[in-house]
Amino acid sequence: MTEPLLKVKGLKKYFPIRQGVLGKVSGQVKAVDDVSFYVNEGETLGIVGESGCGKSTTGRMLMRLLEPTEGSIEFDGKLLSDLSKEEMRKARREIQMVFQDPYASLNPRHSIGKILEEPLVVHGIGDVKERKKKVNEFLEIVGLSSYHARRYPHQFSGGQRQRIGIARALMTNPKLIIADEPVSALDVSIQAQVLNLMQDLQKDLKLTYIFIAHDLGVVRHISDRVGVMYLGKMVELADSESLYSKPLHPYSKALLSAVPVPDPNFTREQILITGDIPSPSNPPAGCTFHTRCPFKMDICSKTVPVLKEVEKGHSVACHLYNEQGQQ
Amino acid sequence: MSDRKELLRVRGLQTTFFTDDGEIPAVDNINFSVREGEILGIVGESGCGKSVSALSIMGLVPSPPGKITGGQIEFDGKDLTKLSQKEMRKVRGKDIAMIFQEPMTSLNPLFTIGNQLMEAILIHHKDWSKKQARNRAIEMMKLVGLPRSEELIKEYPHQLSGGMRQRVMIAMALVCDPKVLIADEPTTALDVTIQAQILQLMKDLNERLNTAVIMITHDLGVVAETCERVVVMYGGQVVEEGPVKLLFNDPQHPYTKGLIQSVPDMRFKKQRLYSIPGNVPKPGSVNTGCRFAARCEFAFEQCRVENPNLYQTSPEHKTRCFLHERKEVSAVDRAVVES
Ligand SMILES: Nc1ncnc2c1ncn2[C@@H]1O[C@H](COP(=O)(O)OP(=O)(O)OP(=O)(O)O)[C@@H](O)[C@H]1O
Ligand SMILES: Nc1ncnc2c1ncn2[C@@H]1O[C@H](COP(=O)(O)OP(=O)(O)OP(=O)(O)O)[C@@H](O)[C@H]1O
Ligand SMILES: [Mg+2]
Ligand SMILES: [Mg+2]
Repeated sequence: MTEPLLKVKGLKKYFPIRQGVLGKVSGQVKAVDDVSFYVNEGETLGIVGESGCGKSTTGRMLMRLLEPTEGSIEFDGKLLSDLSKEEMRKARREIQMVFQDPYASLNPRHSIGKILEEPLVVHGIGDVKERKKKVNEFLEIVGLSSYHARRYPHQFSGGQRQRIGIARALMTNPKLIIADEPVSALDVSIQAQVLNLMQDLQKDLKLTYIFIAHDLGVVRHISDRVGVMYLGKMVELADSESLYSKPLHPYSKALLSAVPVPDPNFTREQILITGDIPSPSNPPAGCTFHTRCPFKMDICSKTVPVLKEVEKGHSVACHLYNEQGQQ
Repeated sequence: MSDRKELLRVRGLQTTFFTDDGEIPAVDNINFSVREGEILGIVGESGCGKSVSALSIMGLVPSPPGKITGGQIEFDGKDLTKLSQKEMRKVRGKDIAMIFQEPMTSLNPLFTIGNQLMEAILIHHKDWSKKQARNRAIEMMKLVGLPRSEELIKEYPHQLSGGMRQRVMIAMALVCDPKVLIADEPTTALDVTIQAQILQLMKDLNERLNTAVIMITHDLGVVAETCERVVVMYGGQVVEEGPVKLLFNDPQHPYTKGLIQSVPDMRFKKQRLYSIPGNVPKPGSVNTGCRFAARCEFAFEQCRVENPNLYQTSPEHKTRCFLHERKEVSAVDRAVVES
């Protein structure tokens, strides 16, 4: 077996909560708290979870837009923390990001041509002529035309802007694309176009994706494997087929059963979980889900469950699947 | 279902915005009705006119630049479009209430939850004492499933989670016992587990209080899960209307078909998603033919020059598409329900 393209171990990001005029640290937001996973070359890892669970923070640490509090990130066989400045610059080329709001992430005063050329300039790729050629090439690849290079972001629809965001991410020939809610702001009919485009590009350019989203249907559609996050932790990680047909963690079960299915003939048992998500600045002790869990046991409020493989390719962090609690 | 009385009838409604860029017919000759005690879904993509339809019914279209430029909204023997501001305020307080997507913007951050609920109650029961209003407020909070109501009543909106704020909004909308509740994307800003709670609450209340609900959403899942009948909008018009099962099992309009096929299904993996080509039309883009023709794979010459009527395809099902005319063999069934 070949080595995964990306290996993440024990990743943490704690944000300090500052108070008073002196900005004394009065606490911490445990945005990401001990997350480990790997991504194989050419596959798509989906990350799902409700708002504030740490999906974007995870993505931003992989992009090195945020310095991890703890943990290691290994990309293409090398630890990112060990890289020299020059090597880091190269690595940055190979990991690119696509954002949720294409409008906010495109400079409104720059033409599309300039926006797409910028990553090439930053990384010193090609001369003026080559760069122009590449801009035109990628505009076509994402389903736009070379004449669009002269236009400005406001002249495009949401779906077209997301195509531009994708083209920009592709300019440096990256291996890994981290897409943070890339279709959440789009209308259903446009969302399907962008998802199809992303799948085609993956095949043609042999891309690896980390696809972050809160829409479980979209994530199932695009992902080979899926990780479910809750309050900064990865509570379940499995092949998408196996996760969706047989979720193990009570939170995953509740989450999947809460999604409205666009089929009025379909009835299913809903697991309604009560209460709200606790604050990540003051997470519950033990398993962070125990305050809302319908299957809570004594151990759950005391001991943090670790993510463990309980079936081939299916890991879960839940005491129900310990030796004692084997279901 | 069909024998239920029609409570509210929207007929040929037209709402236009007069902007510097010209006239925008945000709602362009729409027809639908809401029946007693039902949950009616209005679904469509952004800018198709869902919110403007709702605001038109409520008499809350921002004016200027907006104005109802045609049609009637019949309710309780009156045409709401003809009422004065003052009369309309009465209808809003008593008969028709509305909740919005983002509850924070409709709650006043400076007043406690209790204060705002009691104020809403006292508007309708002018002779009530403070204590009576407070008791009723607590009762309403329990009705919508808000916990620890005695404490919560003293808290401010920012102290509540999004789901709790939406419950407060529902409670406020229900204080007057409305006959129709319009919910404009009530769960779009919420997480799915919280959305499930709010949708369940709305279904329960609809059953218990027999309040008719207009559920506005862009999410076909929400429609399938909560609504009995559905109106599909596109480009300011109704393109299809029917009972939820019929609409999903046998969609008539190419747009509805495309929309249903575009949604990824969580239960099984589709190899490739169907996608409707082109973009959602900009409102105001003048178009004489069918609004959907430019994106429709079945479009023919007539579609580009003439806007189809709403055809009745079965007693409960209507579609705005010429294909129906072509498909239909018997001219007798070709009832045009709207000229
Ligand atoms: N710069 C920051 N300073 C302090 N707290 C932060 C910062 N960035 C994120 N957080 C907190 O970290 C937690 C995780 O945030 P994150 O944005 O990763 O969530 P998410 O899963 O992407 O949510 P969403 O679905 O809403 O995008 C949240 O509680 C958030 O408030
Ligand atoms: N105040 C306004 N001024 C000018 N035009 C407006 C105004 N409000 C709405 N419109 C126009 O009317 C059209 C219909 O808007 P509406 O808010 O009803 O859409 P919607 O279906 O509710 O969309 P969404 O799903 O995004 O909420 C919009 O595309 C917009 O251009
Ligand atoms: Mg995020
Ligand atoms: Mg709206």
